[in-house]
Amino acid sequence: MAIDRPTRLPMEIEEQTEGDLGGKRMIVNFGPQHPATHGTLRSIMEVDGEVIKHMDLEIGFLHSGFEKISEARTYNQTVVVSDRMNYLSPLCNNIGLSCAIEKMMGIEVTPRCAAIRVILYELSRIADHIVCVGLQAMDLGAFSMMLWAFIERERLYDIFENVTGARLTTSYTRVGGLMRDVPHDFKDQVKAFLITGRKTVREMENMLNTNRIFMDRCKGINKIGKADAISYGLTGPLLRAAGVPYDLRKNRPYLGYEKYDFELVTEQEGDVWARYRVRVRELYESMKIVEQAIEMLPEGPINIGDPEVVIPHKNEKNNPQGGMEGLIYHFKNYMYGHGVQPSPGEVYLGTEAPNGELGYYLVSDGTQKPWRWRVRPPSFYNYQAFPEMCKGGTISDVVSGLSSLNIIAGELDR
Amino acid sequence: MTWLWFFAKIGVALGIIFSLGPVCIMGDRKISAWIQGRVGPNRVGPWGTFQPIADILKLMMKEVIVPDGVDKVLFLGGPLIVFIAPVFGYCVIPFGNQIGEEKLQVVNLDIGLLFIMSVLSVGVYGITLGGWASNNKFSLMGSLRASAQLISYELTFGLTMLLVVMMSASADPLKSASVDLSKIVLHQAEYGWNIFGGATWWGLPSGLIGFVLLFTCAMAENNRLPFDMAECEAELVGGYHTEYSGMGFAMYMFSEYCSMILSASLIVTLFLGGWSFPYLTDPADHSFLAGVISIGVFFTKICIILFLYIQLRWTLPRFRYDQVMSLGWKTFLPLALVNIGYMAVIGVFLEKP
Repeated sequence: MAIDRPTRLPMEIEEQTEGDLGGKRMIVNFGPQHPATHGTLRSIMEVDGEVIKHMDLEIGFLHSGFEKISEARTYNQTVVVSDRMNYLSPLCNNIGLSCAIEKMMGIEVTPRCAAIRVILYELSRIADHIVCVGLQAMDLGAFSMMLWAFIERERLYDIFENVTGARLTTSYTRVGGLMRDVPHDFKDQVKAFLITGRKTVREMENMLNTNRIFMDRCKGINKIGKADAISYGLTGPLLRAAGVPYDLRKNRPYLGYEKYDFELVTEQEGDVWARYRVRVRELYESMKIVEQAIEMLPEGPINIGDPEVVIPHKNEKNNPQGGMEGLIYHFKNYMYGHGVQPSPGEVYLGTEAPNGELGYYLVSDGTQKPWRWRVRPPSFYNYQAFPEMCKGGTISDVVSGLSSLNIIAGELDR
Repeated sequence: MTWLWFFAKIGVALGIIFSLGPVCIMGDRKISAWIQGRVGPNRVGPWGTFQPIADILKLMMKEVIVPDGVDKVLFLGGPLIVFIAPVFGYCVIPFGNQIGEEKLQVVNLDIGLLFIMSVLSVGVYGITLGGWASNNKFSLMGSLRASAQLISYELTFGLTMLLVVMMSASADPLKSASVDLSKIVLHQAEYGWNIFGGATWWGLPSGLIGFVLLFTCAMAENNRLPFDMAECEAELVGGYHTEYSGMGFAMYMFSEYCSMILSASLIVTLFLGGWSFPYLTDPADHSFLAGVISIGVFFTKICIILFLYIQLRWTLPRFRYDQVMSLGWKTFLPLALVNIGYMAVIGVFLEKP
């Protein structure tokens, strides 16, 4: 399980192995602006002809200091920061962060809130996976697949817009609940999506599953073994594609995921094809979860009753915390030194985001602002295994591999 | 009168290639939009039909950026070579039946087929030189891929053309077609299209395989998508035309469509009976009306082939470079050889008319 870490810069290479062309290798700079990077990534490749001999990664082009910014904000304000990190499935980041803060404060959300969060989480996963599969096909030249995927994502974004008021910067969750309840036509919208979504995924499968060219470009490309995958800290579809049955929704359930009936999808090969298969099969599994959750979506409040954490509703006459007392809580919640204040301590909560384990590590010093707000982004760990996967492949394989990793630069560089 | 005819024919040949070029660009965009559930260009002119003109005007007005460290002559000459080659090739394509004494073909070369082969190969120089002169690693890789790919597919291309020559051979030396394109068409009009095996039904498998081979090789020669190794948008940014802007880029792009049209015409001429169509055209009828009808038939056939091109481009993923090479050398070349062998055996054993 030895990991060959790059210790030298490509520019310093003097000695050459046999099989080189005149003892010289070409350095190809891939990114930060390149059509296949889907973000600002940079990989410096040392190629012999078209075969990659060595590869160095450079990250940090999209560093935005989210973690530091969050230390100057109250817990609820950091939700806004979290959705900027991921531009494919922002709701997952919202929900993961809120769950982490709630875990730190020992809060149990209401059943309706948990169910809505699960639905939105899985819809985000569908949006992420379907776009990823589409982009994977696009990078291999099947441009139409990408647009078919985007049509479905558009439907999902319409749902998110209806629910949260925003398409990308959702900021939907709050500590102990949600920004607001889902609209009345939410169920119908989701059900309508499930029909069209299934159809589109099936169509995409028809186009790609038995496509000789697509198979040739995916099978056996960018392989990573079980042991290497674990030692690099890969999570999510990448790890499951390598044959490790690890899914936080099954292994460490949160938000009541243990109640839903779904399959833990694994493939054995660990190549680009296996990742594609895992993503497509997970799309169906996520749709299954959404179907179940939308069927048994319980009625009731979306926020917990604790007025110290969640501000009471202003206009409800029957609310015992309305009126004068409610007003005081409104005031207190937003006052410096009041509001959501976890007791000193630290917490780590990993959630199964579309790309892998999205963990939040929070340290509280007892004030209303986090002392440390750290994210474990799946892309960061997935990306570091990339040179290992690419070695020995060609430049074309880099493209198909990179799209199968689905690196989100915003999350990678934070 | 002869000169008038000459210029009219040049006009029609150029008209086909230069009017079908923008139509092709437009069709590409509209058909892709249709496949992908989009609307496509619809702002400029009725149904967006003037969009290619607007595009070309825009590109003409843009600055031609010549990067540092490029070989200027080759850099600016590359697009010209690519652009001129397909237009050249069009002068031997018979685009219609005879009107009176005049064959509807700009030049009736005896070696038409060979001329087309040579002209198609010249186009590679433009791509290779342009990419090489760009002083850019991605361009260099694109042009290297292009030259290797085009050379490999040229072989199958040539062998398939040879198949057509064999199919069009006849016992009667006056009717034997050899490599004269207009005679190849006449032979098909009389005895049946080459895709269906020409004069004998025994040739059917050979004809079908030959058609598929020629179609695919033409796609590879034109750098269209399943084979667009030279461009490879996702890998090599723009491939050989990464550094080009303005008219240089426009010429590369337009020439791709021009050579597409040339290839489509070639496929139609060699395998789909050229301007002939059963019950619609009569090779013996040399009237003006029949000539116009035959041009229309030819035009329609080209459009069908072009539609196939475009549809395949928007639905198939791209090969990897080494896969393209192995497909060309290990699958297509043996297949073409076997195909020719089969045709030769038929030719010997079954006495042709």
